[in-house]
Amino acid sequence: MARPKLKEHHINREWCKGCGICVEFCPKKVLELDRYDKAVIAVLEKCIACRLCELRCPDLAITIETQDQIP
Amino acid sequence: MSVKDYIRERFFPHIWCAGCGHGIVLNNLLRAVGGLGMSKNEIVMVSGIGCSSRISGYVDFHTLHTLHGRALAFATGVKLSKPELNVIVPMGDGDALAIGGNHFIHAARRNIAMTAIVMNNRIYGMTGGQYSPLSGPGKLATTAPYRNIDQDFDIVKLAKAAGATFVARTTTYHIQQMADILRQAILHDGFSVVEILSQCPTYFGRRNKLGNAADMMKFFKDNTTPIGSKAKKENPELTERGIFVQNDLPEYCAEYDKIIKKAGGSC
Ligand SMILES: Cc1ncc(C[n+]2csc(CCOP(=O)(O)OP(=O)(O)O)c2C)c(N)n1
Ligand code: SF4
Ligand code: SF4
Ligand code: SF4
Repeated sequence: MARPKLKEHHINREWCKGCGICVEFCPKKVLELDRYDKAVIAVLEKCIACRLCELRCPDLAITIETQDQIP
Repeated sequence: MSVKDYIRERFFPHIWCAGCGHGIVLNNLLRAVGGLGMSKNEIVMVSGIGCSSRISGYVDFHTLHTLHGRALAFATGVKLSKPELNVIVPMGDGDALAIGGNHFIHAARRNIAMTAIVMNNRIYGMTGGQYSPLSGPGKLATTAPYRNIDQDFDIVKLAKAAGATFVARTTTYHIQQMADILRQAILHDGFSVVEILSQCPTYFGRRNKLGNAADMMKFFKDNTTPIGSKAKKENPELTERGIFVQNDLPEYCAEYDKIIKKAGGSC
């Protein structure tokens, strides 16, 4: 089965508390914390839509949308 | 599924500290429930008091936020009056096993169908970092400035000995396993105990110099192993995770129903 392709990677800045968990455990080092201590995307092209950041975020601040996803 | 369908969005961002493991439990519990395709009206979440217990405020199920240590007693009342509902009882380690220890062992012994989730951060988070029965010897806490001398419980062994018919352990690092175990625990027809090692970076982490939230999760990754793994044989210090017990025994509400029929038939 082909891996689903990323459509969109949303980070809710209002909910993000800057814990850094998503940054630390992203297997492709896609994310970083900005100067306000909010998670942001550094290199979107590397994202493999594995959802690990979405599932480990304690603040439900990340939503991954994939291309095959039925809305 | 979208987790937003299962939360009370108006209460977000939630109250927990940055990096608190309890949020990861919320995240994956919602996904587990979503995966089961149950209606929100079929689920009741009953919690006590503690940072962990605040979880019931955020989910869009039927919810009761009750007394410290007494969540299982309230949950028993709910389940006995409406056995068709799925009852989920998230608790802190203090809530479940210090003040609530007696309720915990007796609910397990009765085998009443509900899912007890122990969000074990080894400390009393809400009240400022006092040691709990899960802190363990040598640990620092507000109330153990010279290090704790109390031995800790093994929740899995305790639940097993008390008679729980589903007993499992996982961590906030192991998210897929967490959702999978929670799904099975909710479907189990009996008393299920799921211990989830969770991080309190604010008190347990800071006091014991365990680094930030991600460092504490790396500790879970490095110091736990699947049940019966080769790694466990080589290093007995590792904590096992997975499903330890999954038994079929008569469920309390079903047995109670038989008594009601028996009593009704004789009068
Ligand atoms: C009867 C009663 N005793 C004590 C308290 C104070 N109290 C509130 S939460 C808590 C312990 C919280 O620790 P835990 O259950 O481990 O949950 P955490 O906050 O770490 O998630 C205590 C002692 C209370 N609210 N009610
Ligand atoms: S895990 Fe969530 S809260 Fe933590 S930094 Fe990433 S987006 Fe923000
Ligand atoms: S989906 Fe996976 S690869 Fe993409 S940012 Fe999240 S953790 Fe990194
Ligand atoms: S005090 Fe600890 S348990 Fe409570 S919200 Fe903060 S990190 Fe979580």
